[in-house]
Amino acid sequence: MNQQARFEPRIVGFLCNWCSYTGADLAGVSRMKSAPNLRTIRVMCSGRVDPTLVLRAFQLGADGVLVAGCHPGDCHYQEGNYKAMRRVLLLKRVLRQFGIDERRLRLEWISASEGEKFARVANEFTEQIRALGPLQAEAAPVAEPELQLEEVRV
Amino acid sequence: MISLTINGTRTQVRKGTTILQAAKFLEIPIPTLCYHPWLKPFGACRVCVVQVQRPHGYELLTACNIPCEEGMIVQTDTEPVRQARRVVVELMLARWPNVPVVRKLAAEVGLEKPRFISEMRDEAPDACILCLRCVRICEEVVGACALGYEDRGIKRRVVTPFDQESEACVACGACAHVCPTSHIRFEPEDYRGKPPEFLLGPNTAIYVTTPQAVPKVPRIDRDACIHFKTDGCQKCVEVCEAKAVKHEMTDEELEIEVGQILVATGYDLFDASVMAQYGYGRLDNIYTALDIERMLNATGPTGGQIRLKNGRPPRAVGIIHCVGSRDENYRRYCSRVCCMYALKFAHLIKERCPEAEVYNFYIDMRAFGKGYEEFYSRVLHEGANVIRGKVAEVVQAGWSKQDEGTLLIRCEDTLIGKFREIPVDMVILCNAIEPQRDAERVARLFGLSRSPDGFFLERHPKLDPVATSSDGLFVAGCAQGPKDIPDTVAQASAAAARMLATIAKGVVEIDPVRAEINEEYCSGCRVCNALCPYEAIEYLEDRKVSRVNSALCKGCGTCVAACPAGAITGYGFSDSQLQAELEGLLTVR
Repeated sequence: MNQQARFEPRIVGFLCNWCSYTGADLAGVSRMKSAPNLRTIRVMCSGRVDPTLVLRAFQLGADGVLVAGCHPGDCHYQEGNYKAMRRVLLLKRVLRQFGIDERRLRLEWISASEGEKFARVANEFTEQIRALGPLQAEAAPVAEPELQLEEVRV
Repeated sequence: MISLTINGTRTQVRKGTTILQAAKFLEIPIPTLCYHPWLKPFGACRVCVVQVQRPHGYELLTACNIPCEEGMIVQTDTEPVRQARRVVVELMLARWPNVPVVRKLAAEVGLEKPRFISEMRDEAPDACILCLRCVRICEEVVGACALGYEDRGIKRRVVTPFDQESEACVACGACAHVCPTSHIRFEPEDYRGKPPEFLLGPNTAIYVTTPQAVPKVPRIDRDACIHFKTDGCQKCVEVCEAKAVKHEMTDEELEIEVGQILVATGYDLFDASVMAQYGYGRLDNIYTALDIERMLNATGPTGGQIRLKNGRPPRAVGIIHCVGSRDENYRRYCSRVCCMYALKFAHLIKERCPEAEVYNFYIDMRAFGKGYEEFYSRVLHEGANVIRGKVAEVVQAGWSKQDEGTLLIRCEDTLIGKFREIPVDMVILCNAIEPQRDAERVARLFGLSRSPDGFFLERHPKLDPVATSSDGLFVAGCAQGPKDIPDTVAQASAAAARMLATIAKGVVEIDPVRAEINEEYCSGCRVCNALCPYEAIEYLEDRKVSRVNSALCKGCGTCVAACPAGAITGYGFSDSQLQAELEGLLTVR
């Protein structure tokens, strides 16, 4: 078989301990097939995901980053997932400025009972990144649209 | 204390005691008629006359309303007393010759026929004898004042105001209860000839809910209690020796501080009327499992007998499994307990109505527990029919006289590959176990997660099935998922043991995952202060830095991610640890 036929993206997944990590666990317990491209890091809360960590992941060669937390209103720490959402939305704009396709960063709500959703997200996201190609290929910076103040206010 | 002599016996009584009460205490009989222990003495009938010694002779007084006096000498059975009583009873006998209480009194005083002829003669055996107990109880005890009397002398009669149906009447039946001649009767129209359970509701305002109630104490039905209508009555307070009845008690909200909580909020049942094809609530003789459970109960409305609506035992019963469960349209999961209780119903119906045919309609027979499979085969040997197939619909059978009231179950028998129509006259629906209707609210309240089926989620399905993702919060029973009694007992015992283990230990171990602020790097910007959901970060005014209260901190790390100076370390998940993890993940191709 041709070794170079398929691009296998490397994706880092920051999973919150209470919902998404448990959901991933459930996917495993339930013997669901999910792409091995997603490499997971457990954090206590999606609100712990520092934007610099995401940028560092891209810097170290990740082709995509998934941030997954509890559904809105279900956060174990009451509202950490809202903070994650704010940060991810802002971070996407920063990524655009860096010339990184914002689709490489994805935020998902996966509850502890949604093993099936975890597997689906992992597979979907892998396919999406595979379609986008390796991050290094994005040499040419994307034309940056002029930022409107209104847009930044998230 | 007052000392007096009754029939030569000396006694001491409390001040205010009537002669009648004193005599009763000495077990000396004095006939009474208008007297009733619940009512204030009235002295209307004069039957209770006694002879009281006075300095210059004697006096005839009514025993029921004359209080005892110091040194009183009372005779209850002298010739003047007998004579007076005889005349009183004779007058009554002349007017109401057939009333049992009057006849009994007449017999007591040795009368057979009255000498007089009354122009008001009333031969009815339930005639009103004007004791006025009804009027008095309505006023004194009930407080409704719905009865009174009009006119005087021999024309006196008991009436409602203006002789019309009284709005003041609370239909308590107290007047009927005290009426000595049954002139007033209390018979709600529907009541006659039916056992009280069929009236579907408590018959008294104070009752024990079920014979097995825990705690076994009576409760007061506010809607039926006379006290809450008229402010009167309170007879239950008087008769309760333990002084346990308190009408002024209201619902209370108690705040109890606890260290651990076991959420065992149970389940709800699927509303069978949603599946209109099964006819629940539309056709007669279609019951849910819980209805039948009540009917089979020895203390239930039929005393444990299986009966159709017309009172006859059924000739054929159809038991439909999986109503709402294992159904893509309603509940996808298996309710777990239905197969076995449906078989129990089959067994009990066979036992109580041996003539009846019993049909179980099942999708799969799930006899999963210890001894269950054996019970299944036992029920089969007892002659219960089992048909594998989901029932399509239940319809009214035919229109001919002999078909009246019978039902037709249409189903596919998948084992013989044929459609079948089975006539029955009773259908039992085994409806699904559902999460409590307020499960969402309870989940929010406790910060619990719910699985896709809506039941509360355990920490781990295999390794930690009683704990939840919050420390000190446990789940047990059907709140966590449908389960039968043995499983519930096992889970609840496990949860209790887990909680006791913490209590016995006396100390709680908390996760070392905590945040800490390096005061040297902290610029005192206070970004973290507002982010903390537990208000665990305080700002030290004097040193112009923030500090984490490690007892309040739950270690979520929101502040760690937000600190612009990188002054906060989240132990267990510090920046350097996560970066190292990242590098480890990404250096491997």
